[in-house]
Amino acid sequence: MSFLADLQSSPSASPTERRGVLARLRKNDLFFRYLTQSSAYFVLILLTAIFASLVAGGYLAFETFGLSFLTTEVWNPVTEQFGALAPIYGTIVTSAIAMLVAVPISIGIAVFLTELCPKPLRRPIGVAIELLAGIPSIIYGIWGLFFFAPFLQRYVQPELIATFKDVPVMSTLFAGPPYGIGILTSGLILAMMVLPFVTAVCRDVFETVPTVLKEAAYGMGWTTREVVKNVVIPYTRVGIIGGVMLGLGRALGETMAVTFVIGNAHRISGSIMAPGTTISAAIANEFTEAVGDLYTSSLIALGLILFFITFVVLALARLMLLRIEKKAQA
Amino acid sequence: MALDRIRYQRRKVRSRITIGLCWLAAGLGLTILAFILATLLYKGLAGLGLNVFTEMTPPPGSDGGLLNAIAGSLIMTVIGVIVGTPIGILAGTYMAEYGRYNKVSSVIRFINDILLSAPSIVTGLFIYELLVRPMGHFSAIAGSAALATLVIPTVVRTTENMLLLVPNTLREASTSIGLPQSLMIRKVAYRAARAGMVTGVLLAIARISGETAPLLFTSLNNQFWSTNLNAPIASLPVVIFQYALSPYEDWQRLAWTGALLITAAVLTLSILACWFGSSRSPQ
Repeated sequence: MSFLADLQSSPSASPTERRGVLARLRKNDLFFRYLTQSSAYFVLILLTAIFASLVAGGYLAFETFGLSFLTTEVWNPVTEQFGALAPIYGTIVTSAIAMLVAVPISIGIAVFLTELCPKPLRRPIGVAIELLAGIPSIIYGIWGLFFFAPFLQRYVQPELIATFKDVPVMSTLFAGPPYGIGILTSGLILAMMVLPFVTAVCRDVFETVPTVLKEAAYGMGWTTREVVKNVVIPYTRVGIIGGVMLGLGRALGETMAVTFVIGNAHRISGSIMAPGTTISAAIANEFTEAVGDLYTSSLIALGLILFFITFVVLALARLMLLRIEKKAQA
Repeated sequence: MALDRIRYQRRKVRSRITIGLCWLAAGLGLTILAFILATLLYKGLAGLGLNVFTEMTPPPGSDGGLLNAIAGSLIMTVIGVIVGTPIGILAGTYMAEYGRYNKVSSVIRFINDILLSAPSIVTGLFIYELLVRPMGHFSAIAGSAALATLVIPTVVRTTENMLLLVPNTLREASTSIGLPQSLMIRKVAYRAARAGMVTGVLLAIARISGETAPLLFTSLNNQFWSTNLNAPIASLPVVIFQYALSPYEDWQRLAWTGALLITAAVLTLSILACWFGSSRSPQ
């Protein structure tokens, strides 16, 4: 109680002093508010600045080649002829292979983690899959180059070539020789890298399925497969697509892992086992060695194309995930 | 009756197959992780010695270590985090505290989420155009700036999420005793969300310490010891990239050792962040 007595005996501040304190507080308050606000706007400025710098850097290439930059396969630094078709093709094909392989496996792991896994194992296995996402891409690259590519070259690719030798379309798709590195290897490495991202999203959206729905389905005598196929997946379809797009965004822009194992050849080949290049691999491989403004500018223009594609894909992914978030809250 | 039984059997078998495939998928994921870690340990430990931490990167054919690369990575990571973290925290604060229901905040959130997964090589090109070309040479400053650009979205995301978890009653209680909003945020909200925000920074460090693509043409590389921020500097990822693709066996061995070091650092940080986040977040 002596504390209260102290309070009462201490002289109260004069009105001017009070006003001074309040004014100072108000000034600090406003300052902090504007500080946070400008930082938030900085994020917007950052995106705009990235776009602007890429447009400025790639302007020369677009000015020189026009729209044919997008449709030309030739990439010749000596004659200064540059076309983006081969890298764009490589980017799309490697990402497509990655998604074809990774999506079914990711959904499988997510179903395993949410429906099948014994409770005590759920967290450790989940964390282990997340660690896969934490491994830097250069590690996948060095592992892919020294371990995975030789493995494919020795055991898998000869088998593929032999199997599809007499099948019409497949024989071009899987035409030899088995280099080890190439489009297929890059696609498979990318699959391993996007796997944890797609799995994480799928697991999260699977957990939003109301237990009542699943119990009702099981109660009618449905099997696990039928519950997953007819309840869980339809309920979370938008979220799964969002997760897949998120993974696709990663795969399209992934650089180092691909650079190691793609072979960096600026040409479009019928066989997916042939070396190729992707946008990011071309930039990583050639940028520091690029001589002349037009060469540099062409590489930056490639970067702009990549940023544009991933921006669209990631934006669509976010919109879809927002939709399922709203659904979960409703 | 018999037909029903056959149909039921078939459904059960198909369900079993699906379940089996899901187990297989999980097994495959774990196998990949195990294979990568095993290869790293096997190849990386072979070259791991004290000289890795005490000697500079060697010319081909002679002994050496990774000291200048490790130092360069540390310098750029520290600067990147010091520059990026405050901006990220302040931006996240605005979105969670001042503009929680704003249109602008949701636009920023959307853009930030895109920046979070945008290709990091594009960041390298951006900094090249912004800093390297005007300055006329590659430098540690440019490398740090590229890393800071990658730190910001990660920190914004976690800061906002963690502040949103702070109960509103805390804010109301502190406002009711006359605390100005900025003080309330700094003294109450930050304190309640501290563990989560630290987790975000740890994750950001984990992310940038393995980044290679944005450093390739910002900080470039340097074979010698350098702490000059205005000059090219070596970094572990770039050295790994250069050495792994070289034809020299001792360079490749160093690349594996570097890869092991980076992975160990990144995974330790991730696990630390995971543990820190789950044991002390305000949930």
